[in-house]
Amino acid sequence: MSDAALRRANAEPRWLRHLLLAVGLGFLFIFLLLPLLAVFTEAFSAGWRAYLRALQDDEARSAVGLTLLVAVLVLPLNVCFGVAAAWAITKFDFRGKSLLITLIDLPFAVSPVVVGLVFLLIFGAQGLFGPWLAANGIKIVFALPAIVLVTMFITLPFVARELIPLMEAQGKEEEEAAVSLGAPGWQMFRRVTLPNIRWGLLYGVILANARAMGEFGAVSVVSGHIRGETNTLPLHVEILYNEYNAVGAFASASVLALLALVTLAAKAIVEWRMRRETRMLTANLAAEQN
Amino acid sequence: MSIEIRDIGKRFGSFVALHDVSLHIPTGELVALLGPSGCGKTTLLRIIAGMETADSGQVLFAGEEATHVHARDRNVGFVFQHYALFRHMSVFENVAFGLRVKPRRLRPAEAEIRRRVSDLLQLVQLEWLADRYPAQLSGGQRQRIALARALAVEPRVLPLDEPFGALDTKVRKELRRWLRRLHDEMHISSVFVTHDQEEALEVADRVVVMNQGRVEQIGSPDEVYTNPASPFVYQFLGNVNVFHSRVHGVWAEVGREHTAAVSAGEATAFVRPHDIEIEHRPVAGSLQATVQEVHAIGPLVRVELAHDSELIEVELTRERADVLALAEGQQVWLKPRQLRVFATPPPLLEEGGSGI
Repeated sequence: MSDAALRRANAEPRWLRHLLLAVGLGFLFIFLLLPLLAVFTEAFSAGWRAYLRALQDDEARSAVGLTLLVAVLVLPLNVCFGVAAAWAITKFDFRGKSLLITLIDLPFAVSPVVVGLVFLLIFGAQGLFGPWLAANGIKIVFALPAIVLVTMFITLPFVARELIPLMEAQGKEEEEAAVSLGAPGWQMFRRVTLPNIRWGLLYGVILANARAMGEFGAVSVVSGHIRGETNTLPLHVEILYNEYNAVGAFASASVLALLALVTLAAKAIVEWRMRRETRMLTANLAAEQN
Repeated sequence: MSIEIRDIGKRFGSFVALHDVSLHIPTGELVALLGPSGCGKTTLLRIIAGMETADSGQVLFAGEEATHVHARDRNVGFVFQHYALFRHMSVFENVAFGLRVKPRRLRPAEAEIRRRVSDLLQLVQLEWLADRYPAQLSGGQRQRIALARALAVEPRVLPLDEPFGALDTKVRKELRRWLRRLHDEMHISSVFVTHDQEEALEVADRVVVMNQGRVEQIGSPDEVYTNPASPFVYQFLGNVNVFHSRVHGVWAEVGREHTAAVSAGEATAFVRPHDIEIEHRPVAGSLQATVQEVHAIGPLVRVELAHDSELIEVELTRERADVLALAEGQQVWLKPRQLRVFATPPPLLEEGGSGI
């Protein structure tokens, strides 16, 4: 029997396939494409000029600047933590390993608003370290440090989550080979481990970045909404919207949406590269079996 | 360089991987650590390479204490069962790795690195693959590159962990002969782990048979095969027929001249299938049996015989089998040419007792 005939024999009836496809595309349109279109139509509803003016507004520019700054501060820390945690979990056996894996997932399980409140309780004026911080003139809550801290917390799992399965699949033999050939720890990491995990790492960073720039709940609690100072882009969108400045709100929102589209494209490229590497890895394993 | 292992012990949780193992590996020898899976041979190899730390005991390289020397400072080039080539580096860079990571003052110049890598690639006869990536090579090619990579650092000891284990039979045979020739040229003390008795007997200068974390016997391939020190070694190295002497009184009597101290009741006799002679008539010290099946396997003929309820396996040359003209159900008499009697009962091994 030919391949095509085989496929026809075990496929669903034509009407069912079309129905499923229609349902899938319908959802995609209503929930993903329509909002995206709405954002851009609203943003441009008063014309190009109004759109650009809204973006050139001082507060809008400060919000974009703060959002970028937070991402730039958070991502390197995130990479350090993610790589260290994934390394520890996949290359060593120790007591409490599964507890660590569970803890890494904690930020996924906790509501962002709760995260913000927890940081208020720790660093706020009435909080645990509040009096000491005030006495020493250190400002954390309602300032940049708190925004960085909560964003750090929220995005913590992304890099580690991405790397753990990848490093687990790769095993530790290449590292052992590097050590047996006399490579010092840093050389082993730079020449062997890092090239093997680079795409996974980049993928994790992209996801973490999208979340870091888009985070609303936790940042909203600790930022204090000081215009031009502690307003990130998502907070800025909300403020403008509440003030019935639809064009301004949607113009800022369109920046976030564009960011999302760039992230999506970057993600697609990295995914494609990762698939290629995985194929190479499986080819490796297949040849071993021969 | 010689390696001395003194009373090495290692546990993983409650599992004892090595019980006070002692071993001497003379300079330039190719030594096989042979045993069933879980016998501790790989653990011992990793302790020699410094990838695992022993709980007790000492490792000495050329008489010098090396127990706590870090793996990267031991100057051993490890060869892995699954090659562990650096997948994102070309073959050339894989081999050059050990030279490139040397501290600056010891690192050869680029031209010298190129020369040494191409020499090594020539040695493993794969210089035409220098620009390929590991994923583009066959298993046998990968293992040869892994070997070249290990040799690049001019190791004092070369540990190989089941180096041919992932290859198919034909490539495996080629590669182990090639390894033997290479070893004869280079004369680096090498230790290789295997569970394949044929491989160990063919390649090694010396075979260390291990079982359940202990060394059962150390000797030349000929020694361990023809003169096994324990029932385990007898059963692990090739097929064997096991006779409990209380059942087979006649055979134990034959064996008694070898081991006079053993009383008949508790002894067990071991006879290799090719050490049994089949006769049409009873002779002194022979055992009556019925032919059950006759299989011709390549140059050999394997005959299964029944004595009471027990099965006995005999291997004959084709010529001898033709002379005997055995038929199923025929009554014959068996006489051992060589057998060993051990006082202890044999440990429970996998069916057949040959290599796993």
